[in-house]
Amino acid sequence: MVTKKFTREDIFKLLSFIPDPEIPVVSIKEMGMLRDVILSDEGCEVIITPTYTGCPAMGMIEDDIKRTLSENGVPSVKVKLVYAPAWTTDWMSLEAKDKMRKYGIAPPMSSACTKLTAYGKHEFIKCPHCNSTNTELISMFGSTACKALYKCEHCKEPFEYFKCH
Amino acid sequence: MNKQKAIFNYALRLGDNSLVLGHRLAELCSKGPILEEDLALTNMALDHIGRAQAFLGYAAQVEGKNKTADDLAYKRAERSFYNNLIMELPDKDFAATIARQLLVSSFEYFLYTELMKSKDETIAAISAKAVKEVRYHLAHSSDWTCRLGEGTAVSHEKMQNALNDLWMFTGELFEMNDADAILIKEGIAIDLNSIKQQWLEHVNGVILEATLTLPSSDFMQTGSRKGIHTEYLGHILSEMQYLQRAYPTAQW
Ligand SMILES: [Zn+2]
Repeated sequence: MVTKKFTREDIFKLLSFIPDPEIPVVSIKEMGMLRDVILSDEGCEVIITPTYTGCPAMGMIEDDIKRTLSENGVPSVKVKLVYAPAWTTDWMSLEAKDKMRKYGIAPPMSSACTKLTAYGKHEFIKCPHCNSTNTELISMFGSTACKALYKCEHCKEPFEYFKCH
Repeated sequence: MNKQKAIFNYALRLGDNSLVLGHRLAELCSKGPILEEDLALTNMALDHIGRAQAFLGYAAQVEGKNKTADDLAYKRAERSFYNNLIMELPDKDFAATIARQLLVSSFEYFLYTELMKSKDETIAAISAKAVKEVRYHLAHSSDWTCRLGEGTAVSHEKMQNALNDLWMFTGELFEMNDADAILIKEGIAIDLNSIKQQWLEHVNGVILEATLTLPSSDFMQTGSRKGIHTEYLGHILSEMQYLQRAYPTAQW
């Protein structure tokens, strides 16, 4: 039934408008959390992956997916959470990183940071307000699990940095 | 014990460690020494509770009794919990919190790095996710150990005392039982002896950098592999499980 009415691309398109609840200027698709859509006779299964294991937004995202699809007439929607392969900030699109910067959050650097890095000794994080690299880490943990707190020595503004994962 | 039972037992242990430590860290919400620390500790609590949900969810699935992660977290009594004793100890002061974080997050770092290679896909996947988070926890506790160790005479003494107090709970982290033996053969679990040296070297490195001394006592506490706990776990559970006990079918 479903497969006759909607293609996989249709579903992706519908879902591409769902914003990340914590960074509403970016969609869950741009974040790389939307992994797959499987259409079968039983219905539509949407595969998502969490950015962080304890991400409290996952429940909300699941509800948003179900609501969006049912409002558009897609029946029998199931949302499945998978952990493998583990989400990485490298899956974020360049557009997403750009939108994030304009929103005031410094986007993640490339995730080559798999080694144990000494606390505070990090790559130069650019201030999203003035682009200065004269910035300093305040705390590795910010308002949400995915962000760190920085301050800019140039424009004196504090800002958040989306940690690389 | 068959393989299924062993995986259940193993996932339960990983889940319980994350759950109980997550609960302890969450208790520090609004009690951090500075606002940034408050955020850091509660963020780490969230990482642990998220990991607990993943492992307990998997344990429930393997057990096949139609239970959920919540059932396992909220409807078991102390003797059915398999978290290491160090996770349930109360936070006497900030130095105790940091000492536990240092000892545990370095253990978790080496454990989950190895478990990423587990032949059990789910354990490998959750571990891959965990290791990314633990990296930040370890950097955090290593940094604070140095700050307190090299700080004032008082902070140095408190940090040293905290490490001395917790040392006898570290032996248990590396204990194994029947479940480990079965799963090591299958390439699912790791031999904990294989990471003990790395763990010790890392911890010792941080302690030396912090101008502190590695505790030397050999006496080690034991019990959690058999579900035997300190008196503190009961108090944790009475708070954590209160709502589900009082209103058995309550849902969020
Ligand atoms: Zn700036």
